[in-house]
Amino acid sequence: MSLSSSPAAAGRPAPVVASVGASGRVALVVTAKDPVADGVVRLRLEAPGGLRLPDWTPGAHIDLGLPNGLTRQYSLCGDRWDPRSYEIAVLREPDGRGGSAFVHDHLAVGDGIEVGGPRNHFPLVPADRYLFVAGGIGITPMLPMIEQATMLDTPWSLLYGGRRRVSMAFVDRLARWGDRVTLWPQDSHGLLDLASAVDAEPSGTKIYCCGPAPLLAAVESVCTDRPVGHLRIERFEAREQGPPVRTTGYEVELARTGTVLGIQPGDSVLDALAAAGAPVLASCRQGVCGTCETTVLAGTPDHRDSLLDEAQRRRNDCFYPCVSRSASDRLVLDL
Amino acid sequence: MSLATPDPTVEAPALDVDPFGPEILADPIPFHERLRAAGPVVHLPRYDVYAMGRYAEVHAALVDWQRFQSAAGVGLSNFRSEKPWRPPSLLLETDPPHHDAPRHVLEPILNPRALRALRPRWETAAEELVEDLLERERFDAVSNLAERFPLRVFPDAVGIPEEGRENLLPYGDHLFNAFGPVNALVEKGLPRIAGVSGWVNEQCRREVLSADGFGARIWEASDCGDITAEQAPLVVRSLLSAGVDTTVHALGAVMAGFLSSPEQWERLRAEPARARVAFDEAIRWESPVQTFFRTATCDVRVGDVVVPEGRKILMFLGSANNDPSRWERPEEFDLDRDPSGHVGFGMGIHQCVGQHVARMEAECVLHALARRVKKIEPDGIPVRHLNNTLRGFSSLPARLVAR
Ligand code: FES
Repeated sequence: MSLSSSPAAAGRPAPVVASVGASGRVALVVTAKDPVADGVVRLRLEAPGGLRLPDWTPGAHIDLGLPNGLTRQYSLCGDRWDPRSYEIAVLREPDGRGGSAFVHDHLAVGDGIEVGGPRNHFPLVPADRYLFVAGGIGITPMLPMIEQATMLDTPWSLLYGGRRRVSMAFVDRLARWGDRVTLWPQDSHGLLDLASAVDAEPSGTKIYCCGPAPLLAAVESVCTDRPVGHLRIERFEAREQGPPVRTTGYEVELARTGTVLGIQPGDSVLDALAAAGAPVLASCRQGVCGTCETTVLAGTPDHRDSLLDEAQRRRNDCFYPCVSRSASDRLVLDL
Repeated sequence: MSLATPDPTVEAPALDVDPFGPEILADPIPFHERLRAAGPVVHLPRYDVYAMGRYAEVHAALVDWQRFQSAAGVGLSNFRSEKPWRPPSLLLETDPPHHDAPRHVLEPILNPRALRALRPRWETAAEELVEDLLERERFDAVSNLAERFPLRVFPDAVGIPEEGRENLLPYGDHLFNAFGPVNALVEKGLPRIAGVSGWVNEQCRREVLSADGFGARIWEASDCGDITAEQAPLVVRSLLSAGVDTTVHALGAVMAGFLSSPEQWERLRAEPARARVAFDEAIRWESPVQTFFRTATCDVRVGDVVVPEGRKILMFLGSANNDPSRWERPEEFDLDRDPSGHVGFGMGIHQCVGQHVARMEAECVLHALARRVKKIEPDGIPVRHLNNTLRGFSSLPARLVAR
């Protein structure tokens, strides 16, 4: 739909919020880059002209669109009361696909960078108490959560593990919380004792965990008796999935255009949609970021993402075509 | 955050008027012009509050929740020193961090994707409504349309029982009056309000709500701990408080737009896909929610004036939406305009969470009308309904010509 009239150009006030472009991203500038631990840098990002950035809540992440074409998610770890900057911390991952190495080696103060989001799949919900469990760079979303829990007068404690003390970021910033914070460097202390930490928590405690996949798996295994929704996990790596529901091909119908696509069992629905010119944005391509979310109008998806919980999966109303497939012969999408 | 600097500051210009008096409520436009001309922020000695009416400042303040808080109440009464007449809304009358969890729960329940399932039912309801109007030929666009449609579909969507729904309009009307001073409009509502608000609170209980509505979804969110069981009924209450009168007056506004500009009706008939634009344009043009207060969390500089910490500021959304420095010919209801950026739903973290519900209601009604109706003509004098916060009509007599 085209709208012809434009607002009174002369007197139009300057925007007060950095505007999000058609790509769903804003162009920000790196205004600070400091090492905060061995192999970890903290970045501050601001809009040119000092405009406000979109608001966020603790647990939110942004997508960094790197000039080398990669997109990476990073939790916001700054102060949401400061509307003009985002802060993230990036760990150099030697075995990664080059995203973090680019940030460490090439991204400099003054550079522009595309940012998408913020989005929050890891919101802080009300609780009697919080137990925050962080592994390594998983500390980043916990920092604003801790501030917020304090503001809400909700008691909390933090269990923070890392490989070595010098590789653990923000230890100085946590020092003021005294013995609410337990630091657990693996080289001197061994693995986190999750079982006793979790056992010591009363039933009204909500447990927030972010870190490497083995830590998430370990915390899941000691929380099986906890009520639904009391363990909250942030995944930056995809969850292990069982075998696909169907081994034969299926059809995907785009409801708005009537196009029907035939999909082979091993094909990615996202690729097929892109080839058909459907307007789907993607970022992680692993079912963890939520960028490619698509509405399902009919049919039953075979969910293979790491985002939806069981109840959300059963609703059959949305799915992530970068990893998910169809369980039914045809899947009708709102595209 | 920029605090007041020791630069020279000036007193805010004073406007000695009562913006909640019947004359201004009946026709706020001349007052809005004075307000915008007087400066970016003015002082209203009558209530000893500040006020803003220009688009740029109103927009900037609405998104700046850090310095313009809602938790001290979005009405005249300052919750820092006065006790609210009802427990504060967990959405409207809170700021982060308390605002986050309820908002996070409500957003996915009311987003366009979640609403899609309701659409076929609402389309049928809209068609029935239009058939009925065509049979009457002469009708009142307020009582027979703007009130009737939301009262038919919205309480069902929330999941409250049939009985007692007549309480919803007086509840909403009083609630929006109560954001203003205790004047005759508020006093008029007082005798009934205890009973009416008791009924509303009763509908927010889990046992009362049907299993498939928004209300049940809110309670489900408390099962997995996204909000507490104490918060759930208050979140349901927000839907019942904010979702009826506002939509009624917004539908009234879009009908008033077509009644006063018949060529715009031609425009819609020619291109029914403009229904959404028409609705948002009506909200810009008429601004059913005219005002909300904010409270300064620190000394805030606006232009050359410093608004001291703790003081209330009245945001004139309707004035911002008609500011000629933002909109060309703002007084015209124009389907060719891009109304995006209007502040009729608010802006920022408090922007109306139910806006997609209202838009879908309006779209269903306008599509059904555009399909069946050739002309909509005025058939008598429109009568304004006065409310301290809302702008709308109590009567819009009209006549239809079928296609
Ligand atoms: S692209 Fe990230 S979930 Fe699909």
